[in-house]
Amino acid sequence: MRVHLRPQHRTVEVEGPRTVGRLLDELGILPGTAMVIRGDLLLTDRETLQDGDEVEIRAVISGGR
Amino acid sequence: MRCTRCRARPEVYLRAHNAAFCRACYLVYFRRQVERAIAADAMFTPEDRILIAVSGGKDSLALWDVLLDLGFRATGLYLDLGIGDYSNGSRRRVEEFAGARGLALRTVALATSGPGLAVPQVAAATRRPPCAACGTMKRHHFDGEALAGGFTVLATGHNLDDEAARLLGNVLHWQRDHLARQRPVLPASHPKFVRKVKPLHLVSEYETAVYAFMRGINYVVEECPNAVGATQLVYKDALNRIEAESPGTKLRFVKEFLRTTQPIFAQTEHDPPGDCLRCGMPAYGSVCGFCRLVAEVERRRDHTATASA
Repeated sequence: MRVHLRPQHRTVEVEGPRTVGRLLDELGILPGTAMVIRGDLLLTDRETLQDGDEVEIRAVISGGR
Repeated sequence: MRCTRCRARPEVYLRAHNAAFCRACYLVYFRRQVERAIAADAMFTPEDRILIAVSGGKDSLALWDVLLDLGFRATGLYLDLGIGDYSNGSRRRVEEFAGARGLALRTVALATSGPGLAVPQVAAATRRPPCAACGTMKRHHFDGEALAGGFTVLATGHNLDDEAARLLGNVLHWQRDHLARQRPVLPASHPKFVRKVKPLHLVSEYETAVYAFMRGINYVVEECPNAVGATQLVYKDALNRIEAESPGTKLRFVKEFLRTTQPIFAQTEHDPPGDCLRCGMPAYGSVCGFCRLVAEVERRRDHTATASA
């Protein structure tokens, strides 16, 4: 599957099937710090992604100071 | 897993609340969370004139959207910080959001307003961390615009993660003055101040991002280039690691601070501010933080000009 990481503007290829939770874990992304988007839907950690899927992982952390 | 409210297939699972929601139910949940926060602290009423500080990011635009949905009148205030492409993109998002909904928007460009100092120039001239200079400048302009426009409330999009990170930093350094003022409502302590409120202080930034996404809000996903390595992000990362092991920790950290400890610090809050000798805005010394910053820039520029002459 193709995984687009934002705001890093990076794309990685990952083999399916695997759950969203496992994908985030393998990419070192903590729970609750990114949304996983397929098409116009959000996915929970328990959803399973397949080889042909294309998803966006969008970080939600912002801030300065 | 099923939606906690309607048993439909969920789009989001909130670990801190052990609750899953489909899109329709999530939007109901989010609006109720904000509505409850506003009511719990009597932040404002529909009669108030609210000025909302909007950056183009998910939090402030989500706040503007949900306030309108809840029936409050809110005018946007966008500060163009002069941070290159980041500011240009942010401004475009805010103008699109306001334009599409027919909302009133006030815009102030720091490079052409008052002393004409944008964030990069101030940071370079003073060698302060850009975020520190930025915060001082924002607060000054927020206060000035709220006063000039006759608003009664200034609302900002600070979320639970912002408040938890700020609390962690204030506790780690025992910033008692800051702890005394860290609360979701700051009453106007000077005739030139308006009430300041944070209606999103108990919803996480994941929750505001989900709300913005579900509402189709085109917010700025890119982070401010000056935020790289910022201390607040270090605190957020530490808190998110704890949260991953113990969901709900951030919410308890902030809620219990506000319930049990903040009132004690609030008793130590110093006297109300006086008037700044330079600009007339509220100040805790003879000169306000913004004017001290401007004076520092002027001194360093004079020094540089003298040295190169």
